[in-house]
Amino acid sequence: MTSVAATVDGGGTATPARNYLNARAGLLSWLTTTDHKRIALLYLGGMTIFFLFGIVMAVTFRLELIAPGVQFFDADIYNRLLTLHGVAMIFLVIIPGIPAVFGNFFLPIMIGAEDVSFPRLNLLSWYCYLAGGLLALVSLGLGGVDTGWTFYVPYSVKTSSNVLVPMLAAFILGWSSILTGLNFITTVHRLRAKGMRWFKMPLFVWSLYATGWIQITATPVIGITLVMVLLERYMGIPIFDASAGGDPILYEHLFWIYSHPAVYVMILPAMGVVSEIIPVFSRKTIFGYKFIAYSSIAIASIGSLVWAHHMFTSGMADVARIVFSFLTFLVAVPSAVKVFNWLATMYKGSIQLDPPMIWGLMFIPLFAIGGLTGLINGALSTDIHIHDTAFVVAHFHYTMFGGTILIFIGAMHYWFPKMFGRMYQHFTAHLSAGIFFVGFNLTYIPLFAAGIAGMPRRYADYLPEYHAYHLCSTIGSWVMVLGLLIMMGNLLRALFKGKPAKDNPWGGTTLEWTTATPPPTLNFDEPPDGNREPYDYPTEVKE
Amino acid sequence: MSGEHAIKAHGAEHTEHHDPVANKIGMWLFLFTELILFGGLFIAFAVYLHLYRWDFRAGSGSLDKILGAVNTVILLTSSLTMALAIAALSRKKVKASLSLMAGTVLLAVMFLGVKAVEWGHKFHLDLVPGSSVMQNKPMGEQIFYALYYTMTGVHALHVIIGIGAIAVAAGFVKSGRCHAERPGLLENVGLYWHLVDVIWIFLFPLFYLIG
Amino acid sequence: MSSGTEKHALVPYGLYVKVWLGLIALTVATVAVSFLDMKNTVILTAMLIASVKSTLVLLYFMHLRFERPLFTIMLVAVILTYGVFISLTFLDYSFR
Repeated sequence: MTSVAATVDGGGTATPARNYLNARAGLLSWLTTTDHKRIALLYLGGMTIFFLFGIVMAVTFRLELIAPGVQFFDADIYNRLLTLHGVAMIFLVIIPGIPAVFGNFFLPIMIGAEDVSFPRLNLLSWYCYLAGGLLALVSLGLGGVDTGWTFYVPYSVKTSSNVLVPMLAAFILGWSSILTGLNFITTVHRLRAKGMRWFKMPLFVWSLYATGWIQITATPVIGITLVMVLLERYMGIPIFDASAGGDPILYEHLFWIYSHPAVYVMILPAMGVVSEIIPVFSRKTIFGYKFIAYSSIAIASIGSLVWAHHMFTSGMADVARIVFSFLTFLVAVPSAVKVFNWLATMYKGSIQLDPPMIWGLMFIPLFAIGGLTGLINGALSTDIHIHDTAFVVAHFHYTMFGGTILIFIGAMHYWFPKMFGRMYQHFTAHLSAGIFFVGFNLTYIPLFAAGIAGMPRRYADYLPEYHAYHLCSTIGSWVMVLGLLIMMGNLLRALFKGKPAKDNPWGGTTLEWTTATPPPTLNFDEPPDGNREPYDYPTEVKE
Repeated sequence: MSGEHAIKAHGAEHTEHHDPVANKIGMWLFLFTELILFGGLFIAFAVYLHLYRWDFRAGSGSLDKILGAVNTVILLTSSLTMALAIAALSRKKVKASLSLMAGTVLLAVMFLGVKAVEWGHKFHLDLVPGSSVMQNKPMGEQIFYALYYTMTGVHALHVIIGIGAIAVAAGFVKSGRCHAERPGLLENVGLYWHLVDVIWIFLFPLFYLIG
Repeated sequence: MSSGTEKHALVPYGLYVKVWLGLIALTVATVAVSFLDMKNTVILTAMLIASVKSTLVLLYFMHLRFERPLFTIMLVAVILTYGVFISLTFLDYSFR
C-alpha cells in the first residue's frame, strides 16, 4: 500500500507527499490504525471481498435457473446459496456500504475535522465487521443455512442447517452498524469546523446523520429478536412457538421493524452522494438544499413507520394492512422531492459527463423504477398477487443494486482520485457503466414480468412457461458481471498505474477538494474555515 | 507545533483533545440502543399480555411480590449510592466516592442473590421451559414464564456487566485518572447503571403486580 | 474541537436522597395499588407510576434536569420512535 502515492512520473505533485497512506508503514499499522481514512479502506477491502462472494453465489444459483428442471443442484443447495447471497450482500455489503467506506473517509473532511469523535470505536466497528464476515465464511463452510436471509420462524427454529453461526454474524454486524452511527451522530454535533452551521454542511453529511439515527434506533430490535430465536432454538424457551401459544407473526413484526428502516440505511447515504455529484457535474448549485436536508430526516422518520408492508399476506388484521399501505405511500414523497431537486439542479446546468456523473445519472431512472415498483408492492391490493414473487426480487434489486451499489460505484469513481492520488481511465469506466446498465436491465426486467405472471421467489425450479424470463435473466447476469469486472479492473489498474491525480480534478467545492491528494493524516494543514457554501456554483449557468 | 509535525514527533494519528460532551453524547446514544433492545422484549410482552390477559395474571400471581419489591428497593438504593458516588467525586471526596461505589456493587450483588433465590424456587418446582410441568400449563402461562426468564435474565446480564463497569470506574478513580475535573468516565458508568434501574422499574410491575 | 469540562453547579447530596425517598414512596404505592382489585386499570396505573419513577431517575440521577436540552430532545425522539413501534404493532393485534 505504501507505493501507491510514493512515486510519480510527471504531472501531479512533484515530491512524495506525506499522506495518510504512507504515514505509517506495515500491516500492523493498518490493523491498529485509528485514522478514519485507513479504516475506510479496511472496510473497502472487506466489502469488495464479500461483494464478489455474493456475486458468485448469485451467478451460481442463477445458472441453475437457466432452464426448468434440475441443472446442477437441487433445491436444498439452491436455498443455501440464495440465503448466503442475501446475508452477505445485505449485512456485509449494502448496509455498511457507503457509510463505512465513504462516510468514514469523507464525513470528517467535509466538516473540516481531523477525525471522527471516537476513532478507537471506529476501529472496533471494523473488527466487528471482520468478525461478522468471518462468521459468514464459517457458515459457508458449515454448509450454509436454508432459511432465506429473513430467518423466519418456525423454520429457523426447526431447520437442521446451522442457524447459530449466521445469526451470530448478523448480531455482531449489528454492533458494527450501531458503532458507526453513534460515531457519526456525535461527530456531526461536535466536530464541525468553526462557522459551519448545520445548513452549511454538505448534503452527504446530512444523509449520514439521518442514517446514524436509524442505525441507533432500529438495529437493536433485530439484535434482541435474533437472541429470542436462538433462545427458542437452543434452550427451548418458547416465544414464537405456536404450540406454546406464541405468534410467528410477532417475529415478522420485530424482524421488519429493523429490516425496513435498514433499507433506508442503505439508500439515504447513496442519495447523499447523488446530491454531491449532481451539482459538481452540472456546475450549478443544488436546487432546494433545505428540502433535500429535511427530506433525509423525513425518510428516516416515516421509513420507521412502514415495516409491515412486508407482511401483507401473513395474517395481520385488515386495519393494520390498510394503515401500513397508506404510510408506505407517504414515504415515497420525500424521495420524490429529492429526485425533482436533482433534476432541477441539472436543468440549464453545464453537464459534465465524467464517469461519476454517468453513474449518478444511471441511478436516477433505476432508483425511480425501484421506487415506483415499491409503490406497486406497497398497494395492498396488488401486493396480494405479487408478494413473494419474482416481482419483489426485481423491485429490491432496482433499489439496492441499481440504487445503493450503483452509487457506491459512482462514489468510488468520484472520490477515487482524492483517496488514492491516481486517476482511472475514463473510457473504460464509461464502457463498464454501459455494459453494466444493459446487463442489469436484462437481468431484472424479465423478473418483473415473471413475477406478475406468477413466478414465485426463492424457487429452484419452475414451470416451462417461465423459461424465457429466466433465460434472459441468467444471460443478463453474465453481461452485468462482465461490466462489473471491467469496472473493478479499471480501478484496480489505476491504483498502481493510474496517472497521478490533481487535488481537484472535478472542480468540486466541498472541503475534501481543498486538501491535498491524497489527504494528510490530519486531513488539513490548518483547520479550515467552516463558514462557506457547500455548493459554491452559480444558481444559473450563463452561456 | 502544527499537526503534521506532531505526527512526525509522536507517530500519533491524532492531536490530543478531550471532549467530555462528545463522550456523554456517545454514552447516551449507546443507552438509546439498550432502551430499544429491551424495548423489543417489552413489545413481545405487551403483545402477549394483550393476547393472554388471564394467563399472564395467573403467571404473575405465582411470583413473589415481596421479593420483587425488595429487589426494586435494592436497585433504587444502588442508583442512589451511584449518584452520591459521582457527587462525592465532584467534591473531591475520593474515599467517600469509592465507598459509595462499593456499596453500589454490594447492592447489585444482593439483587442478583434475590434473583437467584427466585429462579431457584421455580427450578425447584420444575417450572422450566421444556419440562412437563411447564408444558401442562396453559399456553399463555408458558409464554409468560418464557418472557420472565428471558427478560429478567437479560436484565441480570446487564447488572453483571454493570458491576464490572463500576469496578473498572473505581479503578480509574483510585488511580486518579478519573477525578473531579475529569469525571466523565464515572458519570457515564453511572448513566448505564441508572438505565439498568429504569428497566427494572418497568419489569417489576409488569411481571409481579398484574396478578 | 472543544475541551474542558462543563461546569455544572454541584447538585446537593440531599436532592438525591429526596428523589430516592420519592422513588421508594412510589414503589410502596404501586405495590399497594396492586392489592386492590382494579382489573383492567391495574396495568395502566402501574405503567403510569413506573413512568413517574423513571422520569425522576432520568431527570435527577441521570442529570437531564441539568444538562443541555440536546440530551432531552434526543431521548424524547427515541421514546417517540419506540412508541411508534409499539403502537403500530398493536394496529395488528388490537384488530385481529
